[in-house]
Amino acid sequence: MDIKLLIPLFNDEVAPRFDLATDVLLVKIRSTGEYDERIVVLPQASADDLCALATSDNAHTIICGGIDNEHYQYLIWKGIKVLDNVIGPVKIILKAHKAGTITAGSNFYSF
Amino acid sequence: MKNENSYLVSGLLNQQFLLPDLLDEIPVGIAILDVNGKIKIVNHTWQTITGAEPGSITGLKCMLGLRCDYCFKGCPIMSGKTDFDAIATDADIIDRSRIKIPIRLTISPLFSNDKKLSGFVETIQDIRQVAELSSSASKAYSLGGLVGTSPQMVKVFSMIPSIAGTDSSVLITGETGTGKDVLAEALHNASDRAGSPFIKVNCGALPETLLESELFGHVKGAFTGAHENRPGRIKLAHNGSFFLTEIGDLPLALQVKLLSFLDDKEIYPLGSSKGFKANVRIIVATHRDLKQMVLDKTFRADLLFRLNVVHLHLPPLRERGEDILLLKNHFLKEYCTKFNKKIRGFTKKAAKILLGYHFPGNVRELRNVVEYAVNFCDRDCIGAEHLPAYLTEQDILRPVIESAKVSSELPPQKEYSPAESWDHAEKRMIIEALIKNGGRKADAAKSLGWSRSTFWRKMNKHAING
Repeated sequence: MDIKLLIPLFNDEVAPRFDLATDVLLVKIRSTGEYDERIVVLPQASADDLCALATSDNAHTIICGGIDNEHYQYLIWKGIKVLDNVIGPVKIILKAHKAGTITAGSNFYSF
Repeated sequence: MKNENSYLVSGLLNQQFLLPDLLDEIPVGIAILDVNGKIKIVNHTWQTITGAEPGSITGLKCMLGLRCDYCFKGCPIMSGKTDFDAIATDADIIDRSRIKIPIRLTISPLFSNDKKLSGFVETIQDIRQVAELSSSASKAYSLGGLVGTSPQMVKVFSMIPSIAGTDSSVLITGETGTGKDVLAEALHNASDRAGSPFIKVNCGALPETLLESELFGHVKGAFTGAHENRPGRIKLAHNGSFFLTEIGDLPLALQVKLLSFLDDKEIYPLGSSKGFKANVRIIVATHRDLKQMVLDKTFRADLLFRLNVVHLHLPPLRERGEDILLLKNHFLKEYCTKFNKKIRGFTKKAAKILLGYHFPGNVRELRNVVEYAVNFCDRDCIGAEHLPAYLTEQDILRPVIESAKVSSELPPQKEYSPAESWDHAEKRMIIEALIKNGGRKADAAKSLGWSRSTFWRKMNKHAING
């Protein structure tokens, strides 16, 4: 069964704020292990719209930066797994997801 | 990882010391950023406010550590500007425990001796308490549900405590929807009778026969259907306040009985010869012109004199200027809480429409408009399209209002003739104040609650030469 990821974007990295992201990366992970990526541009930054997108698109997991508790709890209640406080470029994050090494609070910048 | 010696400060005191030690003693969140906007060092307070571990954010772009909305709203560092003056702004962050915190943010560039940009210093302060205080401070413009900052309302607010302290009868006048009932209740709540009943009767809501029994009560067998003794509303208000709204609709026969009660404070229930001494404070309200009604012989002059001990007039909303803005925000907050919606405010166009509308239904109408808009708004700001259509198509309603005026049995109040808009009302207020004060601008400004400069500016605005 396909799994869907939703990652709010700021340029090519995870948006630091869930509620201020206008670009969203939707990833469909096929049962074969392939990652199909699609970017959606929202007309305006809105945490409510992002939540609506996540539920209507049947997202399984959201990987994001800072998210306020109200929207976090709502997504959890909707059965969506939220990995928040994640920092890093999307490419590395997707690799980490494939490898199963990503958790909430992961920082993928090396100094 | 930087060596501790990288942060040694020399030359300031007799001995060298470490910069982090100094920064940690300052009760304001401080971050030092390099020329690329990357975090070099943060103090304890910064960590406490953001919840970030210092090791995990050093070397990161500031926006990844701070997660502030200002980062996305024109922060000069994020947009790569190097030449800007210090900035101070209110913003918000989301901390590591997912709490949105309002902050006061300042950003200043740091320059070396040879005037080259060396980095930036950023300070943050948690202003949650200030935000709470300011929201309670906004209540300073309200009293018992009445909200306003206009000079007329401030005058009413200042009168309430002293009036509440007495037992004198109060007559409240004002157009429909101006808040007469709210003011009556505020008077009761501010008085010593606050713990006792506040009984309200609408004189226009009941037919004459029922109204008498409602006010004064009846005894069993007093009339057909009087199967038991019933205390009147005045008796129920014993030791409290009795509020008669729409007193102008009180039938003449009952006016006599009310006058008699006001004189000896004793009520006689229908069919009873035994009186009851009621200790009540009478507050009455009307939207009608009682003086005109006395001339028309539909209201007793002696009752008017008896009731008109203290007279409070509530101005119509269109004469309260900026109060419209205050009230629309007040009602927006109220209905957002009630309907669990997150609406930040009104668009400029919507605010302009509201400010330009003449509100014949006054505060009540404004409240209904905001309730409607909150119901229909699906964005974070109420736009013109969320307002009731009649606000933008006023001509549709005008014939209805005009015909209502024509069909009204009584002429409108002469004392407070309706103004077309706030501008019109403001101009009239200035001219009236000047006439009242014999042309003395300082006194006229004082009577309106404005400073001399504001008064002068408004005189110029309306091209009044004094």
